[in-house]
Amino acid sequence: MGIISRGFRGRPRDEGVKLPPGQYLTHDFPVLSAGPTPRVRLDTWEFTIDTETGQTHRWTWRQLLDLPSETPTVDLHCVTKWSKLGTSWKGVSLDVLMEDVETTAEYALVYSYGGYTTNLPLQDLLDGQAWITYEYDGEELAPAHGGPARLLVPHLYLWKSAKWVRGIRLLNEDWPGFWETAGYHNYGDPWREQRYQGD
Amino acid sequence: MTASIEDAYQDGNALAGPLREIFAVDMTAAEGRCASCGLTGPLASLRVYGPEPGWVARCPGCEEVLLRLVRGPQAAWLDLRGIVNLRISLPAEAEAAGA
Ligand SMILES: [Zn+2]
Repeated sequence: MGIISRGFRGRPRDEGVKLPPGQYLTHDFPVLSAGPTPRVRLDTWEFTIDTETGQTHRWTWRQLLDLPSETPTVDLHCVTKWSKLGTSWKGVSLDVLMEDVETTAEYALVYSYGGYTTNLPLQDLLDGQAWITYEYDGEELAPAHGGPARLLVPHLYLWKSAKWVRGIRLLNEDWPGFWETAGYHNYGDPWREQRYQGD
Repeated sequence: MTASIEDAYQDGNALAGPLREIFAVDMTAAEGRCASCGLTGPLASLRVYGPEPGWVARCPGCEEVLLRLVRGPQAAWLDLRGIVNLRISLPAEAEAAGA
């Protein structure tokens, strides 16, 4: 009896996996959208970091690819309750992009092609916690998953990992983004189950 | 990558159920004016994405966000800032009062 009932729940490699509260495990990669998928041409693509003093740091697609890259393998937790483990990405650490940026700002507003925004404390983008990614699972990042480039900040719910990322504005004051102004939690820590305002 | 993913919106009639939970009348017939481009039409004519993480209704003319509705376990958040106003057809006041 024990032999038969074993195996009804997930695959063997899922056993003993610890997920954040309220999450379930998925093996596909659901696509949630709040608008049409932007088509961004690589020859006009750019990524910018604007500081609180009005300085702009700018990278073209070619310049981004020429920066030293990393290949993080991370777990993803979506606020809609699915988690996907061990996803592999390639991209540039925000530590590299912030190297020559002088700032005392505490907050960051990430903005995307297509108009999406999301906010988080600047320190959550640093110290090996965030990347501008352009490959997923060994392939160039598909537009449906945020390509050509997507912010990856996997320790927060996935809506903070802005698809089609275009730039980051460094701010002295917190500026809530798209979902953060529509009822979702301002910070979004999956391990503290910070889904909605007031959680 | 395919057009079906790219344009995976529904028409605004998808909002009928979620808005019925909040308003006393069917809101999909309410006429709204886009704050961005001025286009006027019923909510049913909007391009609606969702339901998760939330409903997002966009103007069919300029793609700006007109309405957002997030349903949490104990509350709903409704953002209408993309709409100048909504014209909601109602019965005449005397009629409504039963006179
Ligand atoms: Zn419009």
